[in-house]
Amino acid sequence: MPAPTGALTFDALRPPSPFMGETHRAWRDSLRKFIERELAPHVTEWDEAGHVPRDVFLKAGAFGLLGAGFPEQYGGWSEGFDRFHGIVTSEELARLGAGGVSAALMIHGIGLPPILAIGTEEMKQRIAPPVLRGEMQISLAITEPDAGSDVANLTTRAERRGEAYIVNGAKMYITGGMTSHYATTAVRTGGAGAGGVSLLLIDLSAKGVTRTPLKKQGWWASDTAALYFDDVEVPADHLIGAENQGFAGIMRNFNGERLGMASGATASARVCIEDAAAWAQQRQTFGKRLADHQVIRHKIAEMVQRVNATTAYLEHCAWRVTQGETPVADLCLLKVQATQTLEFCAREATQIMGGAGYMRGSRIERIYREVRVNAIGGGSEEIMRDLAARQLGL
Amino acid sequence: MKVLVPVKRVLDYNLKVRVKADGTGVDLSNLKMSMNPFDEIAVEEAVRMKEGGGGHPAGTATEVVAISIGPEQAQETIRTALAMGADRGILVKAEGEVEPLAVAKLLKAIVDAEQPGLVILGKQAIDDDSNQVGQMLAALLDWPQATFASKIVVAGGKINVTREIDGGLQTLSLETPAIVTTDLRLNEPRYASLPNIMKAKKKPIDAKTPADLGVDVAPRLTVVKVADPPKRQGGAKVKTVQDLVAGLKAAGVI
Repeated sequence: MPAPTGALTFDALRPPSPFMGETHRAWRDSLRKFIERELAPHVTEWDEAGHVPRDVFLKAGAFGLLGAGFPEQYGGWSEGFDRFHGIVTSEELARLGAGGVSAALMIHGIGLPPILAIGTEEMKQRIAPPVLRGEMQISLAITEPDAGSDVANLTTRAERRGEAYIVNGAKMYITGGMTSHYATTAVRTGGAGAGGVSLLLIDLSAKGVTRTPLKKQGWWASDTAALYFDDVEVPADHLIGAENQGFAGIMRNFNGERLGMASGATASARVCIEDAAAWAQQRQTFGKRLADHQVIRHKIAEMVQRVNATTAYLEHCAWRVTQGETPVADLCLLKVQATQTLEFCAREATQIMGGAGYMRGSRIERIYREVRVNAIGGGSEEIMRDLAARQLGL
Repeated sequence: MKVLVPVKRVLDYNLKVRVKADGTGVDLSNLKMSMNPFDEIAVEEAVRMKEGGGGHPAGTATEVVAISIGPEQAQETIRTALAMGADRGILVKAEGEVEPLAVAKLLKAIVDAEQPGLVILGKQAIDDDSNQVGQMLAALLDWPQATFASKIVVAGGKINVTREIDGGLQTLSLETPAIVTTDLRLNEPRYASLPNIMKAKKKPIDAKTPADLGVDVAPRLTVVKVADPPKRQGGAKVKTVQDLVAGLKAAGVI
């Protein structure tokens, strides 16, 4: 990807951040080199093929992409790492315009944190280092055929029998589910509601586990699965945290995930501007550049307006998190703001690019197909607004 | 052996260069700057000499010092070298154009103070493509030099350098101290890892000025004009061999 020059490029569109310093710039530079050399030339091929080769996980592990932000004692690198290094990571991966590749590589970003937050020391030592080296993959399995956003009503059961839990039920739309070695799985161990939910570390190669691949609109490079558990025996020490205390572990995950998704969506919207503006300045219609038609100029200006507003909101939320706050309502609304901005920009960029934006193999075409997974996954816009309203005391 | 690695801050190699409208130079405003890629190769080789790798036993280099000459922001270029594994940095603060001879004189002053066994640097910078600093520095110091290195072996107090020349490979054997300039195929530079980026923050960078080093950096060259290369003309299709021959004749090719 040789970068074009001018004010409407990915880099020029990133406003200078009062919260980012030398190490953030250095991390961006190094990450960009890695991505340009190891990922960018192949993303179209991987997306069409529906998977990212295993050796890419090992390279990403060796480089430190997978371990960035995770504690040193489990094979990560967290000293001096703040939310803004995380934002840089999301932005640079989004620049690929291949969300499926990031989803495949970074799926441990939601599967691993519950283990590190509330798992046993033995479990952390056994699982985290190989995952962060890229040798092992771990998914998060919450959603069920009959329970998605309504996490407290999930029905997959785990019954304690001696030194094991016997698990029965099904999980749906599990990112990485076809290729992951483990899944951090929400199961019902107690009564109805949130107070009866536990987290179990389930070995997906165990007897009684069946997986079915699911085809989807976007994110092709990342596999998605339906998981079925039929009398699956899980050792009792694979319980993550205390029994019936899993709900808090699940919820804790979401705030970080939402910040990450908002950064990625905003950066993807920047990609939309970069590609649409480059096209508009090059394409001639009716004797002038597309960019000279007022209707197109206004589209691009509005895209920039929305992306800049979202970036300011994102940075402010991230700053509050670094100050020790958990601004739940704002993190929810930020995610809505970011995915709606992405939706708008993906639409307008496709309109500007016309046929060229509709053809497979371009960043815009892929991003357009990734809008919904961003707007629904990690908390749908409707759920986000409802949660925000409740947090605001309505 | 102490190794000095001069590194230059240049326009990022991914960017398309734009000539300023008035023809006085290249537009650098608000554009991403990075370490000159040939210098990155030099840093990588020096760090391998220190840590072991690329055929060098660990400890071949005892200390790696990165030097940059330029504005305050050139410090970030030094930090990149420190994140790759250099031990400390020296920044010579200089605004505006510093020509190859002035760079070589500044480096000589630093070499006099530091007494390294090897100075390894890029064969040229991708901005002005001068390809002069290494050679001028060798002349000023009266040290042996090997330019365009594609392989370096340090053995028995000598530095053996393989160079790619027309029709084959040439190997030079240098007494230390020496100057080596790097070519593209010498190695593939590493990516700075996040922990090393954090560690680099704590490594020392000494700041100096040309006056501290007693060097006058006033330009001696005048840029007459900078222009874009001529635009490529679109080709034309011919229908018959006769048309082709006539066209070639008209173009004076045959």
